[in-house]
Amino acid sequence: MPKKSMRDALREALHEEMERDDSIIVLGEDVITHGGPYAVTRGIDEKFPGRIRQTPISEAGIVGTALGAALCGMRPVAEVMYVDFATCAMDEVVNQMAKVRYMFGGQTDVPVVLRLPSGSARLLAAQHSQCLEAWFLHVPGLQVVVPSTAYDAKGLLKTALRGKDPVLFMEYKRLYTNECEVPDEDYAIPFGQADVKREGRDVTIVATGPMVPKALEAADLLSPEGIEVEVVDTRTLVPFDKATVFASVGKTNRAIVTDEEVKRGGTSAEIASLIAEECFDALDAPVKRVAAAEVPMPFSPELEKLVVPKTEHLVAAARELVG
Amino acid sequence: MPVEAPSAEKLLDMYARMWRIRLFEEQAEYQSSQGKVMGALHTYIGEEGVAVPACAHLQDTDYITSTHRGHGHCIAKGADISRMMAELFGRSTGYCKGKGGSMHIADFQVGMLGANGIVAGGFGIATGAGLAAQLRGSGQVAVCFFGDGAANRGPFHENINIGAVWKLPVVYVCENNQFAQWTPQKDVTLVTDIANMSPAYGIPGVQVDGMDPLAVYEAAGEAIARARRGEGPTLLECKTYRFHGHNFGDPQQYRTREEIAEWSDNRDPIKQLAAHMRDAGILSDEQDADIQNTVQEEITAAVRFAESSPYPTPDELYKDVYSYDIG
Ligand SMILES: Cc1ncc(C[n+]2csc(CCOP(=O)(O)OP(=O)(O)O)c2C)c(N)n1
Repeated sequence: MPKKSMRDALREALHEEMERDDSIIVLGEDVITHGGPYAVTRGIDEKFPGRIRQTPISEAGIVGTALGAALCGMRPVAEVMYVDFATCAMDEVVNQMAKVRYMFGGQTDVPVVLRLPSGSARLLAAQHSQCLEAWFLHVPGLQVVVPSTAYDAKGLLKTALRGKDPVLFMEYKRLYTNECEVPDEDYAIPFGQADVKREGRDVTIVATGPMVPKALEAADLLSPEGIEVEVVDTRTLVPFDKATVFASVGKTNRAIVTDEEVKRGGTSAEIASLIAEECFDALDAPVKRVAAAEVPMPFSPELEKLVVPKTEHLVAAARELVG
Repeated sequence: MPVEAPSAEKLLDMYARMWRIRLFEEQAEYQSSQGKVMGALHTYIGEEGVAVPACAHLQDTDYITSTHRGHGHCIAKGADISRMMAELFGRSTGYCKGKGGSMHIADFQVGMLGANGIVAGGFGIATGAGLAAQLRGSGQVAVCFFGDGAANRGPFHENINIGAVWKLPVVYVCENNQFAQWTPQKDVTLVTDIANMSPAYGIPGVQVDGMDPLAVYEAAGEAIARARRGEGPTLLECKTYRFHGHNFGDPQQYRTREEIAEWSDNRDPIKQLAAHMRDAGILSDEQDADIQNTVQEEITAAVRFAESSPYPTPDELYKDVYSYDIG
């Protein structure tokens, strides 16, 4: 099977779905001249002229327009250059996009996909490094997707592009160049299906996005010590696959929850409390969380490296739980 | 009231500041190519003729807000280049203790309220600075620098309207370099003369050649004086051009080499100011060389300062999240 980067896999998903469905359009800053900040939309203009719109720097306008078009028969994919700038469109996301279906009694579908480059990379400091899953997770009506591999990214984006509800699609900047096997044939990964990326009997690491490769690395390091880690990649946060997570915790009796978000009020808090609420009897030890320091992202490399959670934190947490 | 022409002393100071920006950024790009400066680096080279003459009318007690392209505004407002360079190097002696980097330099001592990673992030802050000045009756003004791209965000509209209706002492200075990152302005804005948007807010709109430092000096002087007199904001548009990429490493596929050369060879604001000063007998070849050498030495010293400064220690991590310690 061919190996592809996450960037290429996302691009393929967009091209294939645009081929299949005429109503898919793409909006965003620099999406034509540069293919967006990470070149994902490169080539769309040549292949699908008129179906990609390079926008002004108007995040509220981009998201609002995408929503309006979605309510009227189109299927827009809007790229917000960095998730940090989605904050400039929070009314459109939270008060409008998330609410229209329910508030209007189910009269309309809301097929909008927001692609949101996320996370730390290249020392971009406080306003270009954030992970905001938890903000969106909190709002009923939004779906939140966080792929960790090229394979998952393509399959999940396809599902997003075939769905009827808003999707916030978190693309971790650090993962764009990661490669894995991705088939040329069409496939889609349904939402609400977590993926057991590695099986193990001693401790479960529930990981999202960029923490998945780190969890797998931790599992490799711990295996020679006799600690067998099971890595569950949530893949989608809303809808959330409780069954797979709970089954894993039921087997290992120990859980670590990890993401790159600020720990306080982060996704890890939500997942840890679900486990505590619903798997209490299965647990041999309290749930542990490994997430980012509760500070705005500092610029200096010497400080940034203290913020982003690392493999070694997962290793230490697993040893503590099992030891 | 006509703006008085700048004195010889003022012109020499402006000229040195423009060189300070140019050489600081050339050095920053070099250090970036060497991997010593990391993160995003957006240079102001080519646009020096906007911030320097505009800030020549300001005191340390006046305010400015800046953008992601902030080094020029910092230097024009009088920030110390050693502490700026240290910030680019991520060192604890930098303006923000290494927590900000190139996109986030501020110097509150000289009224520089911060570069900003969010396009249009400065509108509210400048407008609020103007409100504080008005409430105090202090005669201070605030200058909000922003790009043509920023004019397409909501905060442009909301804050200029507030500034206008309250007659705040704010000057909104658009640095129209005709590109927003990799997008030509005409592709995303039908009204390409930002000054023409001023009637929508009931304030004067003035357009000036941003490559001509003396023209900017005069126009900014008038707008700032008007703000100080309590007559409210002006929307001042300076047509300009950045000679380098949007960020360091930008392949610049959205414009031609010829177009860049057209501007940098023929309209360089530093050359234009030098020519004027020579004609006026204010700048000899010797003085010119002296100024450039002195600035070059300052830059070398700034790099030495940055390189020899320590990185922030881990205990810095949780400081300054709040006014109190959270450990
Ligand atoms: C809210 C927001 N959207 C997008 C960006 C990404 N971005 C950074 S600079 C830039 C272009 C800004 O253009 P302009 O305001 O004209 O300033 P210039 O770069 O030309 O100086 C963009 C799109 C951002 N930093 N903030």
